[in-house]
Amino acid sequence: MIPQEMYDILRAEFDDAVLGAQLEGVLDPELTVSPERVQDVARFLRDEQNLQFDTLMCLTGMDYTGGRLGVVYHLASIKWGHKIVLKTELTAEQPHCRSVESVWKTANWHEREAFDMFGIIFDGHPDLRRILNPYDWEGYPLRKDYRVPEFYNGMRVPY
Amino acid sequence: MREFLLEVLQIEILVYALMAIVPMLWVVPFALFAVWWERKISAHMQDRLGPMRTGGWHGWAQTIADILKLIQKEDIIPALADRKLFKLAPYVVFAGSYAAYAAIPFSAAYIGSNINIGLFYIISITSIVVVGLLMAGWASNNKWSLYGAMRAAAQIVSYEVPVILSILAVVMIVGTFDLQEINRAQSGPFWNWFVFQKFPFLFLAALIYFLSSLAEVNRTPFDIPEAESELVGGYHTEYGGMRFAMLFLSEYANMFAVSAIAATLFFGGWNSPFGETLSGPWWGAFWFFSKGMAFIFVQMWLRWTLPRLRVDQLMYVSWKVLIPFSFVVILGVGFWVMLSP
Amino acid sequence: MEHAATQMSGYVSRPATIPGLGRQLREHEMVISMGPQHPSTHGVLRLELVVDGEVVVDVIPHLGYLHRCFEKHCEHMSNYQQVIPYADRMDYVAAMSNEFGYAVACEKLFKIEVPERVEYIRVIMAEFSRIVSHLIAIGTYGMDIGAFTPFLYCMRDREHVLDIFEQTCGARLLYNYMWVGGLSHDVPPDFADKVKAFCKYFRPNIKELNDLLSHNKIFIDRTANVGVLPPEVAINYACSGPVLRGSGVKWDLRKNDPYSVYDRFDFEIPVGTGKVGTVGDCWDRYMVRVREMEQSVNIIEQAIDQLPSGDVRAAVPKRIRPERGEVYVRTETPKGELGYYIVSDGTPSPYRVKVKSPCFVNLSALPAMSRGAMIADIVAILGSIDIVLGEVDR
Repeated sequence: MIPQEMYDILRAEFDDAVLGAQLEGVLDPELTVSPERVQDVARFLRDEQNLQFDTLMCLTGMDYTGGRLGVVYHLASIKWGHKIVLKTELTAEQPHCRSVESVWKTANWHEREAFDMFGIIFDGHPDLRRILNPYDWEGYPLRKDYRVPEFYNGMRVPY
Repeated sequence: MREFLLEVLQIEILVYALMAIVPMLWVVPFALFAVWWERKISAHMQDRLGPMRTGGWHGWAQTIADILKLIQKEDIIPALADRKLFKLAPYVVFAGSYAAYAAIPFSAAYIGSNINIGLFYIISITSIVVVGLLMAGWASNNKWSLYGAMRAAAQIVSYEVPVILSILAVVMIVGTFDLQEINRAQSGPFWNWFVFQKFPFLFLAALIYFLSSLAEVNRTPFDIPEAESELVGGYHTEYGGMRFAMLFLSEYANMFAVSAIAATLFFGGWNSPFGETLSGPWWGAFWFFSKGMAFIFVQMWLRWTLPRLRVDQLMYVSWKVLIPFSFVVILGVGFWVMLSP
Repeated sequence: MEHAATQMSGYVSRPATIPGLGRQLREHEMVISMGPQHPSTHGVLRLELVVDGEVVVDVIPHLGYLHRCFEKHCEHMSNYQQVIPYADRMDYVAAMSNEFGYAVACEKLFKIEVPERVEYIRVIMAEFSRIVSHLIAIGTYGMDIGAFTPFLYCMRDREHVLDIFEQTCGARLLYNYMWVGGLSHDVPPDFADKVKAFCKYFRPNIKELNDLLSHNKIFIDRTANVGVLPPEVAINYACSGPVLRGSGVKWDLRKNDPYSVYDRFDFEIPVGTGKVGTVGDCWDRYMVRVREMEQSVNIIEQAIDQLPSGDVRAAVPKRIRPERGEVYVRTETPKGELGYYIVSDGTPSPYRVKVKSPCFVNLSALPAMSRGAMIADIVAILGSIDIVLGEVDR
């Protein structure tokens, strides 16, 4: 299925949720989606007959400098073999994004990692805790303005 | 032996104490040797060499070096462990294994205590090992040790039943529990050995006894109580230094005890395989020890070849496979004995 | 002096809700920690088991003991080539596969064409990595189940491959070999002979392994019908590699989404069939790995015959001048589908490198696979997923 067709189907269904698209000059079609509607879009993408994006390949948190965060979803279809990229844009003051855990179970741990590293809060996630850093770590390491804390639980953090 | 010592020393209690120590002269060097032997066997089966340096020729002094190291170790007891039980457990386990040596017939001329319920005594006294294992697992204050202890208790108690049933087949033929009598009944060339008699029932009994005895001594494929890759060490996780050496010693003592019983009951004990040639009190001891060591070798061989059974599969094997077969054996032997003239 | 039993009963406290479990513990349940140090967790992984006797009610994995901030390091590298040694250290068992993925991703981003010789050597090295990784997986799996000997046989065979690696790039475990645009060293002159000798030596050993372990009744009892992962669940959890193929889904990136020169070779994709149990049980996943090793030997033999000549460093750029852009490239490593999402903002150092690690994703399916299993089964299931904590935690 070529990118233009995918875009048309999505546009037809979710006119208000799809905020932008980049179909030419990229390896896979990129669509920008609003953070509140991403779960509905995801469910549609998974269940729609001709799209059937049954695999969430990767869920990445992003920090576009200047207080802007984002989540990038890479989807693929084992059935049809096509891929698509969804992007959402968030701000550091309002880092809320709808969770897609109910659509693809693999998002559970990916979203925990995005929360751990960027502080992006996924609404509707059943168990949003840190996953790679210790549970009581302060700060969000992968943000561009992150400074390593000097003390952790009374121990001096070297370097 | 007893009469000779009584004449010399006159004091009965001293004589009995001395006679109780005599099997130690075999058990301790045997454990030292068996540890080295196991390391060499496992190494050669795994395409490597094993100990090569300590002492020169193929590292024969490796175990002695290990014992010297273990003696020097710090005695660590976990903070919340039950100290009295923790310290007592290895000795209980050792006592259970070692007490069996009192009634094992090493030779026609030597047996520690020639009671006419020798076999019955051995089976019952080795059950004390379960108590020791449970003490070790509980007193360690470690959930994993507790798992090992519970599994050990379930396993050893379950496998006692096929052991007893398969032994009963031999007892039915000889008519007594006396181990020297059982030995004498197998005198002559090797086809008189019980494993070849009343074919196939006693052969099956020997097989069932051997498998059940593997479970009694916690050797793979029945080694879930100390399953290294699941429970780290099972009931002996928290033990280090000399306490661990004690548990290890009792494991090897137990291994030899059950091998000795297997050799005695089914493979002729101290009888020479050639009948009259190469027999006598010293030759008898030689044949007895050789047969015991052969079984030890098979036990080690199985340990390094087979994976281990899960605990419910282990129970299944005992209750649903070995026990029905041993009932078949008993029925078969019983009818055979009854119907033969 | 207080008796130890009363001492201990006052010591146990029950928290209100166990994080991860979502509810309070019931009367007959116990929480036991298959802690960070454990012979069977393949690294530092803490599995919190909620058990009812021997039956496991829930498994709560705790990660992060080996987290080394790979992604943050990448953002501070002075150029893209410097990331390669760090990429090695993720899946340290099959390090060449990580480098391969990163190199392919960067070359796609910067539109670099590599010489044919480089592609063929990369494929040979990647397939060797696959053999090496599966040998460890199989050996340690046997050890977890209780069979100690096959592990040593696998290590012995692995030594031959490590010798070849050492002669090529000087290292046995972590190579820094596949650079963006080429390779660091060309192969030694007797490479073809050594490779062919290894292939000839290795094929009978696979058969020996099958006789010793795969068809052993006790091994089958421990692994068949244990940890069944249905294919729909596997796809929803984005499992990949032998875990997905063991569930019956015939999906391999080397055939379904080819990269490098994999489309020139003739090989099969082994898939779990449920021969001795259910489709998607531990035995299927294990058997997929054994048969994949065989297929890797096929690929290596074909590649070494077709190996063209050339210079392996011809296309390695002196300075990488990237444009803005981003790329997501996935490659088939022994553990599954390794994905690199690289974002470049025009500066010489990467803006964001995100690694989608197959072990991380496969491990997230562990609680789904282990409902109602016993403790011994958890060990078997974890071994069949084949995780390397370096990649799970990055």
